[in-house]
Amino acid sequence: MPSFVIQEKCDGCKGGEKTACMYICPNDLMVLDPNAMKAYNQEPDQCWECFSCVKICPTQAIEVRGYSDFVPLGSSIMPMMGTEDIMWTCKFRNGVVKRFKFPIRTTPEGQANAYPDLQGKDLDSPLLSTEEADGYQIPKPQALA
Amino acid sequence: MALPNKPVGELKADVNPEVEEREVDILIVGGGMAACGAAFEIKKWAGDKKILLVDKAAMERSGAVAQGLSAINTYIGENTPDDYVRMVRNDLMGIVREDLIFDLGTHVDDSVHLFEEWGLPVWKKSEEGKNLDGKRGLKMGTLKSGAKPVRTGKWQIMINGESYKRIVAEAAKLALGEDNILERVFIVELLLDANVENQIAGAVGFSVRENKVYIIKAKTMMVACGGAVNIYMPRSVGEGKGRAWYPVWNAGSTYYLCMKVGAELSMMENRFTPARFKDGYGPVGAWFLLFKAKALNGLGEAYVASDAAKAELERYAPYGTAAITPTCLRNHLMLFEMKEGRGPIIMDTVTALAELGKTMDKKELKHLESEAWEDFLDMTCGQANLWCATNTEPEKKNSEIMPTEPYLLGSHSGCCGMWVSGPDYDWVPDDYKWGDAGKVYNRMTTVKGLFTAGDGVGCSGHKFSSGSHAEGRMAAKQMARYVRDHADFTPTLAQSTEELVNLVYKPVKLYYENYQYTTAEDINPAYIKPSGMALRLMKATNEYGGGWATYYQTSDKMLEIVMDMLAVMREDIEKLAAGDLHELMRAWEISHRIWTVEAHLRHIQFRKETRYPGFYYNADHPGQDDANWFCFTNSKYDPKAGTWECFKRDYHKIIPD
Repeated sequence: MPSFVIQEKCDGCKGGEKTACMYICPNDLMVLDPNAMKAYNQEPDQCWECFSCVKICPTQAIEVRGYSDFVPLGSSIMPMMGTEDIMWTCKFRNGVVKRFKFPIRTTPEGQANAYPDLQGKDLDSPLLSTEEADGYQIPKPQALA
Repeated sequence: MALPNKPVGELKADVNPEVEEREVDILIVGGGMAACGAAFEIKKWAGDKKILLVDKAAMERSGAVAQGLSAINTYIGENTPDDYVRMVRNDLMGIVREDLIFDLGTHVDDSVHLFEEWGLPVWKKSEEGKNLDGKRGLKMGTLKSGAKPVRTGKWQIMINGESYKRIVAEAAKLALGEDNILERVFIVELLLDANVENQIAGAVGFSVRENKVYIIKAKTMMVACGGAVNIYMPRSVGEGKGRAWYPVWNAGSTYYLCMKVGAELSMMENRFTPARFKDGYGPVGAWFLLFKAKALNGLGEAYVASDAAKAELERYAPYGTAAITPTCLRNHLMLFEMKEGRGPIIMDTVTALAELGKTMDKKELKHLESEAWEDFLDMTCGQANLWCATNTEPEKKNSEIMPTEPYLLGSHSGCCGMWVSGPDYDWVPDDYKWGDAGKVYNRMTTVKGLFTAGDGVGCSGHKFSSGSHAEGRMAAKQMARYVRDHADFTPTLAQSTEELVNLVYKPVKLYYENYQYTTAEDINPAYIKPSGMALRLMKATNEYGGGWATYYQTSDKMLEIVMDMLAVMREDIEKLAAGDLHELMRAWEISHRIWTVEAHLRHIQFRKETRYPGFYYNADHPGQDDANWFCFTNSKYDPKAGTWECFKRDYHKIIPD
């Protein structure tokens, strides 16, 4: 379903550096109306339902209503992002509710080892930088046709 | 109420944009897995060089992995690169670049090991053979230290991948530095050097956030902007147009940008038409491989095990009779049932989960249910919502599966893309290696200094997310070499700044010159809006180019008709109009799609056989014709003459059966 913004909950990220949903949408769909200070989805039929905007919204103002072409009304799925897990609440049309929690990462955010001090040595070898550092031997085909 | 004769978007376009000119040594166009790989690797080899990465979106959630993934489909591990080549070759019906695939197979695991180090949770097998996910998996050690992953097939490993892209982008950004990254800038054309023949010299694009054109000179660059989506009429044509299987924002830019400067294309006829859960397009891999579910026809028969199916597969031996049936032939069997009136095709989730549950306690059963939902929630949230809306609990109710609309890509189960040099090993045939001034540059296109990776590299599918990342790293090292070896080269553009600005902002100028002529801005005889053009393209391809409307069948006559239509479309894209920056992005995207589809259909027209039944059929040339077509089909657009040429290139078998 395309994402939609709940008017009452959206404050246009006025306290932040950037409008979060507008920053993150991979398809440039979320925009801010600067007069209303509210965001909206400017092209719902190009929404991938990737939930990036839903997950990043600091006020939980964004949800998704399934594509009208084929999704009956009455259900919802809502994520809640944590630092290590994501919690999903899945509500069925018939009232059944399921909750799931899945791990998302095993390290603290922002601390991925980018190997900033690693410098490659042999630019003419086929080894990647970390392979070179590990002393990796590139295998050859076991036999040739 | 005011007349609707004004631009509608929030960020209005201005006919006089600012211009920012930059000059770098190395340019990375794209922000997905391949570009993140390049961003991670490049400074390790070219730390003293000027480097810039330009992404149309925000790297944290851009590209095909934006939403996440529930598996990494290429991890060699205990297998060999030789067997990896055999698997890819069989799935793609024999014609692949074995040098590229083998080479990738020797590097891909290093990227997977980095992903795990960066924090991606990888499932592990416990000593008792149980699946441990999340942090629990780390108790068994890392993959690099020899821990056993949870394999679904021979090559796939399970992950908790909701934040896969965020983790990979985080490392990429830290490695390259925020100052060397431009987000929300869409590169729309590449530029050749004014002095050196067939040498890349720069790129031009614009910001989708402010009225600014970027002109970037570079000595070398990698273009990796994914595949092509929304090129054939999707099965859902309203809001559901967005529910493409591959990311809807992939506009074929990789192919367009490279072909327009004369880079040779290869196997552009190869497309991927995935069979997925109907409408929601949720993944089926885990259901077939992890949960061991069967697909049933409308009569309740497991049709792939029937004698008729086996006989049909034998017609495509040795591919059809291999242990793993090629993806296109699995579609072929499914389409056969549907055309014979034995549809719909149903994924029997109920039986599969009941079977698995027989040996499980209550807690394990609960976890199994959770795994089934995670498969969707990690990568196709919309499918989970469709299950909720239709009251589908997979242990109680089965779901329909169906082939989608066609997609063009080079990293998944497809292999269209650029013809690139292989690695400089003695076992690689000479006509698979090239470069400049006597040196070979792996992953370089036929344009000097222009590299690609991921969906951009043709003839070597089944790289998936991990392989695309590794390939970006491989290309990055080659760009570092290229810059070192071309220290004296100074890129020079043939076009003036004014000419380039006029080119990029042409749709804006056309819009503002004409929009007030009518009372509604979207209907005007002087121009066409991108949204209308997109539908014209998708209608034409669906009806004539082997879309789902004809069960993916086309013919010589139909191809003739659609090629004529595409020629007219290429004229009409000169009349695209954009009143705001978002619409300007859409205008360029549809241009990229039209050219990409033209290359695709030109190749289908040239290859007089049906190499990939299930993906497409040419009714005038059914079946495979190895005597004439066991070769690569390549094409080249001549940017000076504006002409196309299609031709054959030899296939070499490197790895024995």
